Amino acid sequence: MTLDQLPTGESATVLGVDGEPALRMRIEAMGLRAGRRVAVVRRARLGGPLQVRVGLTDLIIRPVQARLVRLTIDAPGTPPP
Amino acid sequence: MKRIAIVGLPNTGKSTLFNRLTGASAKVGNWPGITVELYSARVILGADPVEIVDLPGIYNLHGFSEDEKVARRFLEATPLHLLVVIVNATQLDRQLALALQAKELGIPMVLVANMHDEARRLGIEIDREGLEAELGVPVILASAKHGQGLDEVRRVLTERLHGARETLANAQVFARDDAIAARLDEVYQRAVRQPRQISNVLTDRIDVVLLHPTWGLPLFFLSMLLVFEAVYTLGTPLQDGIAWLLAHAREMALDDATARWPAVLRSFALDGMFEGAGTVLSFVPIIVLFFLFMGILEDSGYLSRAAFLMDAFMSRLGLDGRAFVMQLMGFGCNVPALMGTRVMRSRGLRLLTMLMIPFSLCSARLQVFVFLTTAIFSPAMAPFVLFSLYVASFGAGFLTALLYRRGLRNTEPLLLELPPYRFPTTRQMLLRGWQETSHFIREAGPLILLGVVLVWFLTHFPFDAAPASAETLAGRIAAFFAPVFQPIGIDSLLTVALLFGFVAKEVVLGALAVIYGVGEDSLAGVMAQRIDGLQAYSFMLFVLIYTPCLSTVAVLKQESRSWAFTALAVAWPLLLAWVASFVFYRTAVWLTA
Repeated sequence: MTLDQLPTGESATVLGVDGEPALRMRIEAMGLRAGRRVAVVRRARLGGPLQVRVGLTDLIIRPVQARLVRLTIDAPGTPPP
Repeated sequence: MKRIAIVGLPNTGKSTLFNRLTGASAKVGNWPGITVELYSARVILGADPVEIVDLPGIYNLHGFSEDEKVARRFLEATPLHLLVVIVNATQLDRQLALALQAKELGIPMVLVANMHDEARRLGIEIDREGLEAELGVPVILASAKHGQGLDEVRRVLTERLHGARETLANAQVFARDDAIAARLDEVYQRAVRQPRQISNVLTDRIDVVLLHPTWGLPLFFLSMLLVFEAVYTLGTPLQDGIAWLLAHAREMALDDATARWPAVLRSFALDGMFEGAGTVLSFVPIIVLFFLFMGILEDSGYLSRAAFLMDAFMSRLGLDGRAFVMQLMGFGCNVPALMGTRVMRSRGLRLLTMLMIPFSLCSARLQVFVFLTTAIFSPAMAPFVLFSLYVASFGAGFLTALLYRRGLRNTEPLLLELPPYRFPTTRQMLLRGWQETSHFIREAGPLILLGVVLVWFLTHFPFDAAPASAETLAGRIAAFFAPVFQPIGIDSLLTVALLFGFVAKEVVLGALAVIYGVGEDSLAGVMAQRIDGLQAYSFMLFVLIYTPCLSTVAVLKQESRSWAFTALAVAWPLLLAWVASFVFYRTAVWLTA
């Protein structure tokens, strides 16, 4: 699964980030690194960006870039990150 | 002289720390190997003069964004005595990565964990000694915004500089793809304790409303309207005040003082130089107010939210939501809106936005349109005419973005932090307003003055002809271009007015009065007799789209640092203005024939 598919309100754990090195490192610098927990807080309408919470940072990311973040969805009942 | 550089991620309060350490003494300067100007300042630490350089915000030492390249080239080429890394204390879980990378550079380093007050409020405990031991560098907990911990920053910097040797960064670090993830987690877990559940309850609650799927956008437009009203209802009287003062100064003192001068010299001094200086000054209140309110939008965290709300639409134009905010602000005055694009760090994105902003129907153009619509059109028609000009304004902007989005490509992904809502401090905002204003006067001022003098010359030479008459250079230029302007319904008298309008749209009405040889009071009646509605609309369309004013051109140059881009930003609207007026006028003439 990738971050753009994660339903709003659900949380997951990042497996890794794909894409060219520059973009990958930038995404990682925002906190989306392997092993980190991530949740989708809300989505903008009409295919707009996602508001994502990772660790202590909230960030906005477009679906195109969110597709590069691979993750496994957390078991139901896991407390949010 | 010893030299310190400050690096950190964007939104960590890096510039605030820099301003706190240096006061208002910062100057932009050029550095070897870098095309961008960096702020630097000389301060006294201990007993020695020290130069402090503020590097652009970076995410990563290996990154490839434009800012990251600048920082990298600076570090590669400039030996330093000390590197200050500033991080956001509430986000050490990711920001310590930069500190770990920077340490590898081999330059003596100090870490400032900023926004410590916020971290404490969230229940995050930082074990300072533990962090110092893990990283092997001094750590200072500070809040630059409120001035906390700054004495300690100064003390530690002084201490570390004592006997420090100039060191050049170990360039290999930039090429290395490091594996710091594990080390990052290790350091964080050992030195920072955070509550199990952290969330900024207040920010979350506000966002539920402000980012609401249905109400978010209307609230965004409402807040834009409020900011807009605030800037321009406060700014316009101040601008009028400056104009009044200048007019009085001219009447009371300058007219008499120059009474014995030769007529040409007198006209040059008063209508050329003095008017030019007045044009520059008239922007000062608007720029100060604009940056005051932009500061509130930016520092409060709302600008990032605007990007979130508008992105779905703007991304299709190759822009992002922040570009839309600047475009809206341009409806008051293009000049500060162009300066405001500096929040965008990708050059392509910034230039595309700067190409679009001049189409925003600013208040100066509005004056001309209100006058002409009421003079030429019936009271029932006038509001629709005015409204259609606003539609044309957005249309021209969006069309331009669509046409140029491939050439001026946005190289940065939209990956913005959504910071918690914060209160900006007055000190920060005033300092910003001051810096931007002095920058504008120094950079754009001379160019504006030169342009005003040039147009003065065109409309006054030869000096024995009546100003702006057909015998002057301006009149001859208008006659020369008659084949270009005739087909769009603009006669040679109106063409001279367009030439004046190049200086500033505020002077168009005065110029029309001079050109038609009547007072401004009877201008409306005279114009209604001389030109018809189609000509008037074609003229307004042209005035809307072509170069808004000299000051805009000067700021386009100031901000882009490129003559080629400035030339494009003048030539393209001219072409578009002509085509739009042509299509309108010929179609309308054909339909009414």
